[in-house]
Amino acid sequence: MKDFDYFSARTVEEALGLLSKYREEAKIIAGGQSLLVLMRQGLLSPEYVIDIKGISDLDYIRYDDVDGLRIGALTTHRSIERSELIKEHYRVLSEMERNLATIQTRNWGTVGGNLCYGHHSGDLAPVLISLNAKLKVARLGGERVIDIEAFTKDLLEVDLEPDEMLLEIQVPPLKPYTGIAYEKLMVMQGDIGIVGASVLLRLNSSDGVCEEARIGLSGASTVPFRALEAEGVLVGRRIDDSVLREAAEVASEKADPPSDVHGSSVYRREMIKVFVRRVGKVALERARQG
Amino acid sequence: MKGELKDLKLVVNGKPYELKVKPKALLVDVLRKDLKLTGTKRGCLESTCGVCSVIVDGMAVRSCSILALQVNGREVTTIEGLSEGGKLHPIQEAFVNHGAIECGFCIPGRVMVAKALLDENPNPTREEVRLAMQGVLCADSGYVKQIEAVEIAAEKMRGGEGR
Repeated sequence: MKDFDYFSARTVEEALGLLSKYREEAKIIAGGQSLLVLMRQGLLSPEYVIDIKGISDLDYIRYDDVDGLRIGALTTHRSIERSELIKEHYRVLSEMERNLATIQTRNWGTVGGNLCYGHHSGDLAPVLISLNAKLKVARLGGERVIDIEAFTKDLLEVDLEPDEMLLEIQVPPLKPYTGIAYEKLMVMQGDIGIVGASVLLRLNSSDGVCEEARIGLSGASTVPFRALEAEGVLVGRRIDDSVLREAAEVASEKADPPSDVHGSSVYRREMIKVFVRRVGKVALERARQG
Repeated sequence: MKGELKDLKLVVNGKPYELKVKPKALLVDVLRKDLKLTGTKRGCLESTCGVCSVIVDGMAVRSCSILALQVNGREVTTIEGLSEGGKLHPIQEAFVNHGAIECGFCIPGRVMVAKALLDENPNPTREEVRLAMQGVLCADSGYVKQIEAVEIAAEKMRGGEGR
Protein backbone atom coordinates (compact mmCIF):
# COMPACT_ATOMS: atom_id res chain seq x y z
CA MET A 1 0.00 0.00 0.00
CA LYS A 2 1.29 3.50 -0.82
CA ASP A 3 1.80 6.09 1.91
CA PHE A 4 -0.86 8.72 2.52
CA ASP A 5 -1.62 11.45 4.99
CA TYR A 6 -4.35 10.71 7.51
CA PHE A 7 -6.98 12.82 9.25
CA SER A 8 -9.42 11.64 11.85
CA ALA A 9 -12.58 13.77 11.55
CA ARG A 10 -14.72 14.05 14.67
CA THR A 11 -17.68 15.88 13.11
CA VAL A 12 -19.50 15.94 9.76
CA GLU A 13 -18.45 19.60 9.29
CA GLU A 14 -14.81 18.72 9.80
CA ALA A 15 -14.98 15.85 7.32
CA LEU A 16 -16.74 18.02 4.70
CA GLY A 17 -14.17 20.78 5.23
CA LEU A 18 -11.31 18.36 4.55
CA LEU A 19 -13.14 16.96 1.50
CA SER A 20 -13.69 20.43 0.02
CA LYS A 21 -9.99 21.18 0.52
CA TYR A 22 -8.49 17.99 -0.91
CA ARG A 23 -11.29 16.85 -3.27
CA GLU A 24 -10.10 14.18 -5.78
CA GLU A 25 -6.91 13.59 -3.81
CA ALA A 26 -8.84 12.43 -0.76
CA LYS A 27 -10.77 9.28 0.06
CA ILE A 28 -13.06 8.74 2.99
CA ILE A 29 -12.52 5.69 5.15
CA ALA A 30 -15.38 4.44 7.33
CA GLY A 31 -14.97 0.76 8.27
CA GLY A 32 -12.52 0.38 5.38
CA GLN A 33 -13.57 -3.22 4.79
CA SER A 34 -13.62 -2.66 1.02
CA LEU A 35 -11.40 0.42 0.70
CA LEU A 36 -8.33 -1.18 2.26
CA VAL A 37 -8.62 -4.16 -0.09
CA LEU A 38 -8.66 -1.79 -3.09
CA MET A 39 -5.72 0.18 -1.69
CA ARG A 40 -3.67 -2.94 -1.07
CA GLN A 41 -4.36 -4.13 -4.60
CA GLY A 42 -3.11 -0.76 -5.87
CA LEU A 43 -6.47 0.08 -7.48
CA LEU A 44 -6.66 3.20 -5.32
CA SER A 45 -3.83 5.26 -3.88
CA PRO A 46 -5.22 8.43 -2.31
CA GLU A 47 -2.93 11.21 -1.08
CA TYR A 48 -5.21 11.86 1.88
CA VAL A 49 -7.40 9.49 3.86
CA ILE A 50 -10.16 11.06 5.95
CA ASP A 51 -11.29 8.72 8.71
CA ILE A 52 -14.94 9.28 9.64
CA LYS A 53 -15.44 6.10 11.69
CA GLY A 54 -15.32 8.19 14.88
CA ILE A 55 -18.24 10.50 13.96
CA SER A 56 -20.78 9.10 16.42
CA ASP A 57 -23.49 11.51 15.13
CA LEU A 58 -23.80 9.33 12.02
CA ASP A 59 -24.37 6.09 13.93
CA TYR A 60 -28.12 5.81 14.52
CA ILE A 61 -31.27 3.87 13.64
CA ARG A 62 -34.56 5.75 14.04
CA TYR A 63 -38.11 4.90 13.09
CA ASP A 64 -41.51 6.52 13.16
CA ASP A 65 -44.72 5.63 11.34
CA VAL A 66 -44.80 8.86 9.32
CA ASP A 67 -41.22 9.23 8.05
CA GLY A 68 -40.22 5.59 8.22
CA LEU A 69 -36.66 4.49 8.84
CA ARG A 70 -33.55 6.69 9.07
CA ILE A 71 -30.16 5.00 9.24
CA GLY A 72 -26.97 7.00 9.80
CA ALA A 73 -24.24 6.20 7.25
CA LEU A 74 -21.84 5.01 9.95
CA THR A 75 -24.19 2.43 11.44
CA THR A 76 -22.47 -0.95 11.39
CA HIS A 77 -23.95 -3.99 9.70
CA ARG A 78 -24.07 -5.72 13.07
CA SER A 79 -26.20 -2.91 14.54
CA ILE A 80 -28.70 -3.32 11.69
CA GLU A 81 -28.83 -7.07 12.21
CA ARG A 82 -29.51 -6.73 15.93
CA SER A 83 -31.80 -3.70 15.95
CA GLU A 84 -35.22 -4.49 17.44
CA LEU A 85 -36.72 -1.59 15.47
CA ILE A 86 -35.50 -3.11 12.24
CA LYS A 87 -36.58 -6.63 13.17
CA GLU A 88 -40.04 -5.27 13.87
CA HIS A 89 -40.55 -3.03 10.84
CA TYR A 90 -38.07 -4.15 8.14
CA ARG A 91 -37.03 -7.67 9.00
CA VAL A 92 -35.68 -8.18 5.48
CA LEU A 93 -32.76 -5.90 6.40
CA SER A 94 -31.94 -7.96 9.46
CA GLU A 95 -32.21 -11.19 7.43
CA MET A 96 -30.00 -9.75 4.70
CA GLU A 97 -27.29 -8.88 7.22
CA ARG A 98 -26.78 -12.45 8.42
CA ASN A 99 -25.16 -13.48 5.14
CA LEU A 100 -23.82 -10.10 4.05
CA ALA A 101 -20.29 -10.94 5.19
CA THR A 102 -18.49 -12.69 8.04
CA ILE A 103 -19.20 -11.54 11.56
CA GLN A 104 -15.86 -9.71 11.82
CA THR A 105 -16.59 -7.63 8.71
CA ARG A 106 -20.15 -6.91 9.89
CA ASN A 107 -18.84 -5.77 13.26
CA TRP A 108 -16.61 -3.08 11.77
CA GLY A 109 -18.05 -2.33 8.34
CA THR A 110 -20.71 0.35 7.87
CA VAL A 111 -23.83 0.57 5.72
CA GLY A 112 -22.63 3.84 4.19
CA GLY A 113 -19.31 2.33 3.23
CA ASN A 114 -21.07 -0.64 1.67
CA LEU A 115 -23.17 1.63 -0.59
CA CYS A 116 -20.33 4.00 -1.49
CA TYR A 117 -18.18 1.06 -2.60
CA GLY A 118 -20.69 0.76 -5.47
CA HIS A 119 -20.26 -2.95 -6.13
CA HIS A 120 -22.82 -4.74 -8.30
CA SER A 121 -22.78 -7.72 -5.93
CA GLY A 122 -23.48 -5.72 -2.78
CA ASP A 123 -26.46 -6.93 -0.73
CA LEU A 124 -27.70 -3.64 0.63
CA ALA A 125 -28.41 -1.74 -2.60
CA PRO A 126 -30.87 -4.23 -4.15
CA VAL A 127 -32.80 -4.49 -0.88
CA LEU A 128 -32.94 -0.70 -0.61
CA ILE A 129 -34.10 -0.51 -4.24
CA SER A 130 -37.05 -2.75 -3.43
CA LEU A 131 -37.74 -0.65 -0.31
CA ASN A 132 -37.77 2.54 -2.45
CA ALA A 133 -35.07 4.14 -0.29
CA LYS A 134 -33.41 7.51 -0.71
CA LEU A 135 -29.95 8.70 0.27
CA LYS A 136 -29.03 12.02 1.85
CA VAL A 137 -25.64 13.31 0.79
CA ALA A 138 -23.94 16.56 1.81
CA ARG A 139 -21.20 18.95 0.91
CA LEU A 140 -20.17 22.06 2.84
CA GLY A 141 -23.23 24.30 2.95
CA GLY A 142 -25.66 21.99 1.15
CA GLU A 143 -27.49 18.70 1.11
CA ARG A 144 -29.37 16.73 -1.54
CA VAL A 145 -31.49 13.60 -1.51
CA ILE A 146 -31.21 11.02 -4.30
CA ASP A 147 -32.96 7.78 -5.21
CA ILE A 148 -30.97 4.68 -4.30
CA GLU A 149 -31.43 3.26 -7.79
CA ALA A 150 -29.67 6.28 -9.34
CA PHE A 151 -26.78 6.21 -6.88
CA THR A 152 -24.48 3.66 -8.51
CA LYS A 153 -23.29 4.93 -11.90
CA ASP A 154 -21.00 2.13 -13.00
CA LEU A 155 -18.80 -0.56 -11.49
CA LEU A 156 -17.39 0.95 -8.25
CA GLU A 157 -18.60 4.42 -9.30
CA VAL A 158 -21.26 6.26 -7.33
CA ASP A 159 -23.05 9.59 -7.66
CA LEU A 160 -20.91 11.57 -5.24
CA GLU A 161 -18.98 14.70 -6.18
CA PRO A 162 -15.42 14.80 -4.83
CA ASP A 163 -16.52 17.09 -1.98
CA GLU A 164 -19.67 15.14 -1.06
CA MET A 165 -20.30 12.39 1.46
CA LEU A 166 -23.23 10.12 2.30
CA LEU A 167 -25.00 10.97 5.55
CA GLU A 168 -28.19 8.96 5.76
CA ILE A 169 -30.35 6.19 4.31
CA GLN A 170 -34.09 6.99 4.29
CA VAL A 171 -36.67 4.23 3.92
CA PRO A 172 -40.39 5.04 3.68
CA PRO A 173 -42.84 3.24 5.99
CA LEU A 174 -44.34 0.06 4.57
CA LYS A 175 -48.05 0.01 3.79
CA PRO A 176 -50.34 -2.82 4.91
CA TYR A 177 -50.26 -6.04 2.86
CA THR A 178 -46.65 -5.51 1.87
CA GLY A 179 -44.26 -8.45 1.81
CA ILE A 180 -40.58 -8.26 1.11
CA ALA A 181 -37.80 -10.84 1.00
CA TYR A 182 -34.18 -11.17 -0.11
CA GLU A 183 -31.96 -14.12 -0.90
CA LYS A 184 -28.70 -14.58 -2.71
CA LEU A 185 -26.78 -17.39 -4.33
CA MET A 186 -23.44 -17.88 -2.61
CA VAL A 187 -20.72 -20.49 -2.40
CA MET A 188 -20.75 -20.41 1.39
CA GLN A 189 -22.71 -18.43 3.95
CA GLY A 190 -21.39 -14.91 4.40
CA ASP A 191 -19.71 -14.95 1.00
CA ILE A 192 -20.17 -12.52 -1.86
CA GLY A 193 -23.39 -13.09 -3.79
CA ILE A 194 -23.24 -14.47 -7.32
CA VAL A 195 -26.75 -13.16 -7.88
CA GLY A 196 -29.25 -11.86 -5.35
CA ALA A 197 -32.89 -10.86 -5.56
CA SER A 198 -34.97 -8.60 -3.36
CA VAL A 199 -38.69 -8.54 -4.08
CA LEU A 200 -41.35 -6.28 -2.59
CA LEU A 201 -45.01 -7.02 -3.28
CA ARG A 202 -47.95 -4.95 -2.06
CA LEU A 203 -51.39 -6.43 -2.44
CA ASN A 204 -54.82 -4.90 -2.52
CA SER A 205 -56.06 -6.23 0.78
CA SER A 206 -59.51 -7.20 -0.39
CA ASP A 207 -58.89 -9.29 -3.50
CA GLY A 208 -55.14 -9.99 -3.39
CA VAL A 209 -54.33 -8.08 -6.59
CA CYS A 210 -50.75 -6.75 -6.71
CA GLU A 211 -50.74 -2.95 -6.47
CA GLU A 212 -47.01 -2.41 -6.26
CA ALA A 213 -43.93 -4.48 -7.06
CA ARG A 214 -40.29 -3.50 -6.73
CA ILE A 215 -37.45 -5.86 -7.64
CA GLY A 216 -33.78 -5.15 -6.93
CA LEU A 217 -31.10 -7.52 -8.20
CA SER A 218 -27.40 -7.95 -7.50
CA GLY A 219 -25.00 -9.55 -9.95
CA ALA A 220 -27.40 -8.70 -12.76
CA SER A 221 -25.54 -5.77 -14.32
CA THR A 222 -22.46 -3.64 -13.60
CA VAL A 223 -24.63 -1.78 -11.09
CA PRO A 224 -27.38 -2.80 -8.64
CA PHE A 225 -30.28 -3.45 -11.03
CA ARG A 226 -33.95 -2.57 -10.82
CA ALA A 227 -36.02 -5.06 -12.80
CA LEU A 228 -38.63 -2.54 -13.97
CA GLU A 229 -40.16 -4.66 -16.75
CA ALA A 230 -40.55 -7.62 -14.41
CA GLU A 231 -42.34 -5.37 -11.92
CA GLY A 232 -44.68 -4.41 -14.74
CA VAL A 233 -45.60 -8.07 -15.22
CA LEU A 234 -46.78 -8.28 -11.61
CA VAL A 235 -48.70 -5.06 -11.05
CA GLY A 236 -52.47 -5.31 -11.50
CA ARG A 237 -52.53 -9.10 -11.39
CA ARG A 238 -53.39 -11.73 -8.85
CA ILE A 239 -50.00 -13.26 -8.13
CA ASP A 240 -49.46 -17.00 -8.31
CA ASP A 241 -46.53 -19.20 -9.24
CA SER A 242 -47.08 -18.88 -12.98
CA VAL A 243 -47.16 -15.08 -12.77
CA LEU A 244 -43.96 -15.12 -10.70
CA ARG A 245 -42.37 -17.42 -13.25
CA GLU A 246 -43.31 -15.01 -16.03
CA ALA A 247 -41.84 -12.05 -14.10
CA ALA A 248 -38.65 -14.02 -13.41
CA GLU A 249 -38.26 -14.78 -17.13
CA VAL A 250 -38.60 -11.09 -17.96
CA ALA A 251 -36.13 -10.05 -15.22
CA SER A 252 -33.62 -12.55 -16.54
CA GLU A 253 -34.08 -11.40 -20.13
CA LYS A 254 -33.69 -7.70 -19.32
CA ALA A 255 -30.66 -8.13 -17.05
CA ASP A 256 -27.15 -7.87 -18.45
CA PRO A 257 -25.11 -9.92 -16.01
CA PRO A 258 -21.32 -9.75 -16.02
CA SER A 259 -19.04 -12.77 -16.37
CA ASP A 260 -16.34 -13.11 -13.78
CA VAL A 261 -14.58 -15.64 -11.59
CA HIS A 262 -17.76 -16.10 -9.52
CA GLY A 263 -19.97 -17.06 -12.42
CA SER A 264 -20.55 -16.64 -16.15
CA SER A 265 -23.13 -14.29 -17.58
CA VAL A 266 -25.16 -17.26 -18.85
CA TYR A 267 -25.16 -18.91 -15.43
CA ARG A 268 -26.17 -15.70 -13.69
CA ARG A 269 -29.03 -15.19 -16.13
CA GLU A 270 -30.37 -18.64 -15.26
CA MET A 271 -29.98 -18.03 -11.55
CA ILE A 272 -31.83 -14.71 -11.76
CA LYS A 273 -34.84 -16.70 -12.99
CA VAL A 274 -34.57 -19.07 -10.04
CA PHE A 275 -34.09 -16.38 -7.42
CA VAL A 276 -36.75 -13.90 -8.56
CA ARG A 277 -39.32 -16.68 -8.49
CA ARG A 278 -38.10 -18.19 -5.20
CA VAL A 279 -37.88 -14.86 -3.38
CA GLY A 280 -41.13 -13.68 -4.95
CA LYS A 281 -42.92 -16.64 -3.34
CA VAL A 282 -41.68 -15.67 0.11
CA ALA A 283 -42.61 -12.03 -0.45
CA LEU A 284 -46.10 -13.10 -1.55
CA GLU A 285 -46.64 -15.22 1.56
CA ARG A 286 -45.55 -12.32 3.73
CA ALA A 287 -47.77 -9.84 1.87
CA ARG A 288 -50.81 -12.09 2.38
CA GLN A 289 -50.21 -12.03 6.12
CA GLY A 290 -50.94 -8.29 6.05
CA MET B 1 2.80 15.12 4.90
CA LYS B 2 2.43 11.72 3.24
CA GLY B 3 3.57 8.85 5.41
CA GLU B 4 4.28 11.11 8.37
CA LEU B 5 4.12 9.27 11.69
CA LYS B 6 1.01 9.84 13.79
CA ASP B 7 0.35 9.32 17.49
CA LEU B 8 -1.53 6.19 18.46
CA LYS B 9 -2.78 5.49 21.97
CA LEU B 10 -4.45 2.20 22.67
CA VAL B 11 -4.89 -0.42 25.35
CA VAL B 12 -3.83 -3.95 24.44
CA ASN B 13 -4.60 -6.82 26.79
CA GLY B 14 -5.20 -4.30 29.59
CA LYS B 15 -1.89 -2.51 29.10
CA PRO B 16 -1.78 1.08 27.77
CA TYR B 17 0.56 1.92 24.87
CA GLU B 18 1.58 5.17 23.18
CA LEU B 19 3.25 4.76 19.82
CA LYS B 20 4.00 6.58 16.59
CA VAL B 21 2.87 4.74 13.46
CA LYS B 22 2.62 5.35 9.71
CA PRO B 23 -0.95 6.01 8.59
CA LYS B 24 -0.87 2.95 6.35
CA ALA B 25 0.17 0.62 9.17
CA LEU B 26 -2.38 -2.15 9.65
CA LEU B 27 -3.44 -3.17 13.13
CA VAL B 28 -2.01 -6.68 12.61
CA ASP B 29 1.44 -5.27 11.84
CA VAL B 30 1.48 -2.87 14.78
CA LEU B 31 0.53 -5.76 17.08
CA ARG B 32 3.19 -8.08 15.65
CA LYS B 33 6.06 -5.71 14.87
CA ASP B 34 5.73 -2.78 17.27
CA LEU B 35 4.25 -4.61 20.25
CA LYS B 36 5.88 -8.00 19.51
CA LEU B 37 2.57 -9.78 20.04
CA THR B 38 3.10 -12.40 17.38
CA GLY B 39 0.27 -14.69 18.50
CA THR B 40 -1.98 -12.87 16.02
CA LYS B 41 -1.20 -14.28 12.57
CA ARG B 42 -0.95 -12.64 9.17
CA GLY B 43 -2.92 -14.76 6.74
CA CYS B 44 -4.31 -13.69 3.39
CA LEU B 45 -4.17 -9.93 4.03
CA GLU B 46 -7.25 -9.48 1.88
CA SER B 47 -10.06 -9.99 4.33
CA THR B 48 -10.78 -13.56 3.33
CA CYS B 49 -9.25 -15.98 5.83
CA GLY B 50 -9.89 -14.33 9.20
CA VAL B 51 -6.85 -15.81 10.98
CA CYS B 52 -5.78 -12.27 12.02
CA SER B 53 -8.96 -11.80 14.10
CA VAL B 54 -8.67 -9.92 17.40
CA ILE B 55 -11.22 -8.29 19.68
CA VAL B 56 -11.68 -4.49 19.59
CA ASP B 57 -14.05 -3.01 22.18
CA GLY B 58 -15.70 -6.41 22.62
CA MET B 59 -16.17 -7.12 18.89
CA ALA B 60 -14.27 -9.65 16.79
CA VAL B 61 -12.62 -7.87 13.85
CA ARG B 62 -9.96 -8.64 11.26
CA SER B 63 -6.74 -6.89 12.22
CA CYS B 64 -5.46 -7.00 8.61
CA SER B 65 -8.44 -4.93 7.47
CA ILE B 66 -8.23 -2.07 9.95
CA LEU B 67 -5.74 0.77 10.00
CA ALA B 68 -3.97 0.84 13.35
CA LEU B 69 -4.92 4.52 13.68
CA GLN B 70 -8.60 3.53 13.54
CA VAL B 71 -8.30 1.86 16.95
CA ASN B 72 -6.88 5.00 18.55
CA GLY B 73 -8.38 5.25 22.05
CA ARG B 74 -9.88 1.76 21.88
CA GLU B 75 -9.23 -1.52 23.71
CA VAL B 76 -7.75 -4.48 21.89
CA THR B 77 -7.56 -8.07 23.14
CA THR B 78 -5.29 -10.57 21.41
CA ILE B 79 -4.67 -14.26 22.05
CA GLU B 80 -1.88 -13.27 24.47
CA GLY B 81 -4.47 -11.60 26.68
CA LEU B 82 -6.54 -14.70 27.40
CA SER B 83 -4.54 -16.82 29.83
CA GLU B 84 -4.33 -15.68 33.44
CA GLY B 85 -1.32 -16.45 35.63
CA GLY B 86 -0.17 -19.16 33.25
CA LYS B 87 -3.58 -20.84 33.25
CA LEU B 88 -5.22 -21.25 29.87
CA HIS B 89 -8.61 -19.69 29.15
CA PRO B 90 -11.40 -22.34 29.04
CA ILE B 91 -11.65 -21.91 25.26
CA GLN B 92 -7.93 -22.56 24.80
CA GLU B 93 -8.13 -25.51 27.19
CA ALA B 94 -11.07 -27.01 25.29
CA PHE B 95 -9.22 -26.69 21.95
CA VAL B 96 -6.16 -28.48 23.41
CA ASN B 97 -8.06 -31.22 25.23
CA HIS B 98 -10.48 -31.89 22.38
CA GLY B 99 -7.73 -32.18 19.75
CA ALA B 100 -9.19 -29.26 17.81
CA ILE B 101 -5.91 -27.60 16.86
CA GLU B 102 -4.51 -29.40 13.74
CA CYS B 103 -1.64 -27.22 12.39
CA GLY B 104 -2.63 -24.37 14.71
CA PHE B 105 -2.20 -21.43 12.34
CA CYS B 106 -5.84 -20.29 12.39
CA ILE B 107 -6.36 -21.08 16.07
CA PRO B 108 -5.44 -17.68 17.62
CA GLY B 109 -7.96 -15.93 15.36
CA ARG B 110 -10.54 -18.64 15.83
CA VAL B 111 -10.26 -18.56 19.62
CA MET B 112 -10.74 -14.78 19.59
CA VAL B 113 -13.87 -15.08 17.45
CA ALA B 114 -15.14 -17.80 19.81
CA LYS B 115 -14.43 -15.58 22.83
CA ALA B 116 -16.34 -12.64 21.35
CA LEU B 117 -19.26 -15.01 20.64
CA LEU B 118 -19.35 -16.53 24.14
CA ASP B 119 -18.93 -13.19 25.90
CA GLU B 120 -22.02 -11.96 24.08
CA ASN B 121 -23.98 -15.20 24.01
CA PRO B 122 -22.93 -17.72 26.69
CA ASN B 123 -25.30 -20.40 25.45
CA PRO B 124 -25.12 -20.41 21.63
CA THR B 125 -26.84 -22.97 19.43
CA ARG B 126 -24.73 -25.12 17.11
CA GLU B 127 -25.91 -22.91 14.25
CA GLU B 128 -24.72 -19.78 16.04
CA VAL B 129 -21.31 -21.34 16.68
CA ARG B 130 -21.08 -22.38 13.03
CA LEU B 131 -22.01 -18.90 11.83
CA ALA B 132 -19.29 -17.34 13.99
CA MET B 133 -16.65 -19.93 13.03
CA GLN B 134 -17.40 -19.41 9.33
CA GLY B 135 -15.36 -16.17 9.49
CA VAL B 136 -12.08 -18.01 10.07
CA LEU B 137 -10.89 -20.47 7.43
CA CYS B 138 -9.06 -23.66 8.42
CA ALA B 139 -6.71 -25.01 5.74
CA ASP B 140 -6.89 -28.41 7.45
CA SER B 141 -10.68 -28.39 7.39
CA GLY B 142 -10.78 -29.27 11.07
CA TYR B 143 -14.07 -27.52 11.63
CA VAL B 144 -16.06 -30.23 13.41
CA LYS B 145 -13.72 -30.53 16.38
CA GLN B 146 -13.36 -26.75 16.54
CA ILE B 147 -17.11 -26.29 16.76
CA GLU B 148 -17.33 -29.01 19.41
CA ALA B 149 -14.49 -27.39 21.37
CA VAL B 150 -16.35 -24.08 21.45
CA GLU B 151 -19.45 -25.88 22.75
CA ILE B 152 -17.38 -27.67 25.44
CA ALA B 153 -15.83 -24.34 26.49
CA ALA B 154 -19.24 -22.65 26.55
CA GLU B 155 -20.57 -25.29 28.90
CA LYS B 156 -17.55 -24.97 31.18
CA MET B 157 -17.77 -21.17 31.20
CA ARG B 158 -21.44 -21.41 32.19
CA GLY B 159 -20.32 -23.48 35.18
CA GLY B 160 -21.52 -26.81 33.90
CA GLU B 161 -19.75 -30.15 33.63
CA GLY B 162 -16.09 -30.47 32.77
CA ARG B 163 -14.99 -27.98 35.36
